Amino acid sequence: MAETSVAHAHDKHDNGHDVDQWDGGSHVPFKASYGKLMMWYFLVSDAFTFAGFLIAYGALRFSMPTWPEADFVFASLPFLSGHYPLIFVTIMTFVLIFSSVTMVRAVQEGARENKNGVVFWMFLTILGGASFLGCQAYEWTTLIVHENVSLSQDPFGRHIADGVYLNPDGSEAKNAEGQLLGFEKDDSYLLHMHDGTPSGIAFHDMNKPGEKMANLEGTKIKYTSGAYAGQITEAPAGPRAFGALFFFITGFHGFHVFSGVLFLSIIAINAASGVYAARQNGYEMVEKIGLYWHFVDLVWVFVFLVFYLL
Amino acid sequence: MAGHQTYEEQKALVFRGLMLLGFITLIEVTIAWFAKGHIVHSIKFSHGFGHYLYMLLMVGFSLYKAYFIIFYFMHMASEVRGLVLSVLLPTSLLIWAIIAFFQEGTSWGHRREIIKEKNEEVVKPVPASQPQGYLIPGAQLFPLRG
Repeated sequence: MAETSVAHAHDKHDNGHDVDQWDGGSHVPFKASYGKLMMWYFLVSDAFTFAGFLIAYGALRFSMPTWPEADFVFASLPFLSGHYPLIFVTIMTFVLIFSSVTMVRAVQEGARENKNGVVFWMFLTILGGASFLGCQAYEWTTLIVHENVSLSQDPFGRHIADGVYLNPDGSEAKNAEGQLLGFEKDDSYLLHMHDGTPSGIAFHDMNKPGEKMANLEGTKIKYTSGAYAGQITEAPAGPRAFGALFFFITGFHGFHVFSGVLFLSIIAINAASGVYAARQNGYEMVEKIGLYWHFVDLVWVFVFLVFYLL
Repeated sequence: MAGHQTYEEQKALVFRGLMLLGFITLIEVTIAWFAKGHIVHSIKFSHGFGHYLYMLLMVGFSLYKAYFIIFYFMHMASEVRGLVLSVLLPTSLLIWAIIAFFQEGTSWGHRREIIKEKNEEVVKPVPASQPQGYLIPGAQLFPLRG
């Protein structure tokens, strides 16, 4: 019967020795090994997951009248007090770019079957990934502990119209020089939260651009323009969705970095112990984890874009 | 792998990539500082045309970074055409997802505004002599339209 000859054809193959082949046939799809191709398709599916998150972020952000201003929210530096917009996150980006570059070097050394080179550059890559995670831990701690952002609470708001800040007794607030403390539409503020209720407000004094933030007891404001002119109100908290989106998306990315560091470590140890040298396939495993690691950097390009730049 | 390149060429590519990605990131952040008024306090690109130009620039730079990472760091440039297409074509579906969901999000915002307006609307009490919403004697129920 026909099956007999097919089975016979299979018997001829010496399976399991040529890693470039999928099933013993001499043609490989797309001239790529099974593992590498499957890594690409895993990354495609992962890209869709991230895209789903980022698109949800965009849709929710577009549905809100205001959204927290990135260069107001992300303006802390370790060991320094003051306002340094986007500096820390730029450092984080550079850490990730560096670790991506060292990963390329590891893959290149692998292709030359240079074991020491692979281990050295992978070690630097792991160091970069771990530093990134440390930076993220600092960023999250600042937001959660010092600024009281949580999954459902966002103390970072932006004004919907021009107006002035009010003292708790209802009078218009002034700074030490007697200048009126006003605000313009889209100006940012941070509510000081105590047990879930705002007790005070921090903002930039319009009279002194670039200086430290001004703080007020009480959170009353009076609008002087737009449809709300004359209205006195509590400064509202920012959109609730902000915290959940920020922590879930940067957390999901951080989880990718974390698992990347884990797998990089395993593969670096394997490489050091000579497992891949024995395979004589140009350290393909290093190439595969390299694809994953570049993808993590790639996702950060877009997280950086939507959370910090736009 | 990019087997056709010499080792020196490969190392040069790595250096070029580092410079390129780092440089673009620095430009992005500098433009962001400028556009948000941190460098010259009186100049801000937060509304209108300037804001759109700013967003377009940022998206453009990010897409270029993404292209460079995929094609040179991940060696997509030296893969066969079929592999490139099988990765990039499905991803292009996202273009529609972005358009559709951002449109939808904007619409949620508009609806929320309408609901807020309606909630805050003050309805004037109507005197009993001028009933509204009832059949007024003598009036046509469905006025004929010419």
